[in-house]
Amino acid sequence: MELLKFNGITALVLKRVGLGLVTLWVISLLIFVGVEALPGDLAEAVLGQSATPETVAAFRKELKLDMPPHVRYFAWLGAFVKGDFGNSLANQRPVVDLISWRFANSLFLAGVTAMIAVPVAVLLGILAALYRNTLFDRLISMATLSTISFPEFFVAYILIALLSVQVVIFPSISNINEQMSFWQKLYAICLPCLTLAMVVTAHMMRQTRAAIINILSSPFIEMANLKGLRKLRVVVLHAFPNALSPVINVIALNLAYLVVGVVIVEVVFVYPGLGQLLVDSVSKRDIPVVQASGLIFAGTYVMLNLLADVLSIVSNPRLRNPR
Amino acid sequence: MNTPEALEKLFRSGKLSRREFIARMSALGLAAAVSPALLGTPALAASPKRGGRLRLGLNGGATSDTLDPGIQLAMMPQTLVYGTLANSLTEIDADGQPQPELAESWESTPDAKKWVFKLRKGVEFHNGKTMDADDVIYSLNWHRKEGTKSAAKPLVEAIVEMKKEDPYTIAFELASGNADFPYTLSDYHLVVGPKDTNLAEGVFTGGYKVETFEPGVRAFCTRNPNYFKSDRAWFDEVEILGINDVNARTNALKTGQIDVMNRCDLKTVHLFKRMPGIQVMRQDGFKHFTFAMRTDTAPYDNNDVRLALKYAVDREQMVKTILRGYGRVGNDHPISVANRYHASDLPQRQYDPDKAKFHLKKAGLSEATFKFHAAEAAFKGAVDAGVLFKETAAKAGITIDVVREPNDGYWNNVWMKKPFCAVFWGGRSTEDMMFSTAYAKGVAWNDTFWDHPRFNELLVAARAELDEQKRRGMYVEMQQIVSDEGGVVVPMFSADLAAASDKLEHGKLAANWELDGFRAPERWWYKS
Repeated sequence: MELLKFNGITALVLKRVGLGLVTLWVISLLIFVGVEALPGDLAEAVLGQSATPETVAAFRKELKLDMPPHVRYFAWLGAFVKGDFGNSLANQRPVVDLISWRFANSLFLAGVTAMIAVPVAVLLGILAALYRNTLFDRLISMATLSTISFPEFFVAYILIALLSVQVVIFPSISNINEQMSFWQKLYAICLPCLTLAMVVTAHMMRQTRAAIINILSSPFIEMANLKGLRKLRVVVLHAFPNALSPVINVIALNLAYLVVGVVIVEVVFVYPGLGQLLVDSVSKRDIPVVQASGLIFAGTYVMLNLLADVLSIVSNPRLRNPR
Repeated sequence: MNTPEALEKLFRSGKLSRREFIARMSALGLAAAVSPALLGTPALAASPKRGGRLRLGLNGGATSDTLDPGIQLAMMPQTLVYGTLANSLTEIDADGQPQPELAESWESTPDAKKWVFKLRKGVEFHNGKTMDADDVIYSLNWHRKEGTKSAAKPLVEAIVEMKKEDPYTIAFELASGNADFPYTLSDYHLVVGPKDTNLAEGVFTGGYKVETFEPGVRAFCTRNPNYFKSDRAWFDEVEILGINDVNARTNALKTGQIDVMNRCDLKTVHLFKRMPGIQVMRQDGFKHFTFAMRTDTAPYDNNDVRLALKYAVDREQMVKTILRGYGRVGNDHPISVANRYHASDLPQRQYDPDKAKFHLKKAGLSEATFKFHAAEAAFKGAVDAGVLFKETAAKAGITIDVVREPNDGYWNNVWMKKPFCAVFWGGRSTEDMMFSTAYAKGVAWNDTFWDHPRFNELLVAARAELDEQKRRGMYVEMQQIVSDEGGVVVPMFSADLAAASDKLEHGKLAANWELDGFRAPERWWYKS
């Protein structure tokens, strides 16, 4: 009787979580091998031009970098499985301390951006489908595609030039810290948020439009049209629910991008997120930090994809009750 | 009329002589030595005001930074630790002279081998402990203890013995005489923290205490109310932000989110200068770029080849295009005009294709191709400098092949490995430190693998020489030797450009490091 509860969705979720864990393990291995394959190690990378054989040797000995790679990897894995992320090799701080608040910052920026970008993109997508091939549709497509076609930093600099230097509305750097209140933080991240929203909107909007238009050529839409229903009602109530699955997928991908792919925006706006930490750690060969942030990024992708699949199923009765 | 303030006023207006002033202050039971009125003109010119928060946006911070004074690798931690939180025994003033800081005075034996330093009394650490000789000895030993990672190890290794004579007197015995020992002790690594503590915790003697430090991101410090200097550390709070992107720094300063930035964009600084409310500061310091040739490797072991390449560089053009005029031409030695014994009479090496051809022919290498390795990691514009070099050398019939190397790992895989490459040098405040770091026989960073007997002999002799005149003669000769026979082309010295809000005021800027010797948080103040 217990097995019956393991219906479609639960079984799928369990299976996917299991696969996700395997994926994460493979990724941890790839990251380790990748960082090992880079020339030089932490001692040389941190000391740079001021490295001498003596200081490099002292560094290596203290950090156990003189041990063979597989010993270090399994030592790390063993601790990681027990929930110990280890210490940063470069400054001996616990990795958790380095990552947790930065990850919270990354989520904050991604969350606020998503709250603006997702509704706008879906709404624009629906409107574009509704008035497809009109001037309105073309204008929206052109505008959103232009913002996605420019590199992020370019959009960012333009926004800074317009809204921070010419007209002083928003701050040009978003270095939020714990002394700031929630509203101060929100104000500080206006420009990076706007930049990212402009970059991700196009993708989601185009996908929404395409999915709805695709559905609009189905027989049941024709039926609805023949019944004389209003166009808006046809699109919103008949076509959109059926187009949800691809839309959810593209939203999930863009959300993942917002969490993991915003290094350049972080640099331009001096935003203390996880991306900058990852870049610094790779260039310094700080393997524990690279591992932990790499796994968080990979985990974000796995989670969001899983969520997208589950939501697609839930939103689609045909998948919800498979025969 | 007999309050210290009144006396200072009289003294400043010239109604009291210096001698009378000191005598009358002493009569009040006060040491006139602590009066700011005796401290030279900058303090007088504009009397500094307390208060405000100084916000610095700095390039040169990484998430791997630490407060450990032995591992200070970039501008943000250096400004934080040396410029804000800590003090050394001596400091370098705006004229490049060592001044007492945690030390009160010092003297040496005539051979400059034994030094006795008297420490300042009543200096308190941020944790309330009073500083004495044990703390100083512990802090210096920090850089040479078992398994240390300190970059300052070569500096302290020259000390054979440190003896505490009484709680405020230390006797140093050096392996060989060093007339510049007070300079050495001003080094930004050699700051003093309390005995038997982990110096990476950030407890020192400086004008500010660290409240929060997030490496590469932000440091926040508040004024130390018990600071031993009454005429320094004017701000209530100091905030240091790591902003590695030059455009972000520029915008932040322009829009008033920071008050000071370092390393302006050379391309736009002329526009910046015109902006109201902004002051651009130029420091001609020790920073220089070199093209290093391995003198132990053919064909660079032949001095004619080296001379040919030296004559094939158009230095004026390099300063004009690569530095956009913000620098000075080099003369193939690493001593800057900011150094004490810069050889200003040495003829400037000019671009001379004929001489280059002559020396190349003399070396019998008319057809050779030279591979020059460069990357932006060496210094900004290094690859462009290589291309410019290639162009000017071509006119002398010298073929140079510019090899663009990856930035990542440049210092491990290219520098000191490839026989001819571009190198960055921050420079040193004394001739001896510069030469002993990179030109003496067998030292770790002798990137030209150069070994010149006369030069090495002079280096040791000049180090222990206390006679100014003789010493100058030796250093001038050494600059000449490096210029004519050394393994480096030194095409240019780069100026440091920083910018700040014009609400900030400062005295004459020290040139030993960027931002007033890293000391802007301690030395600058807000106009009233």
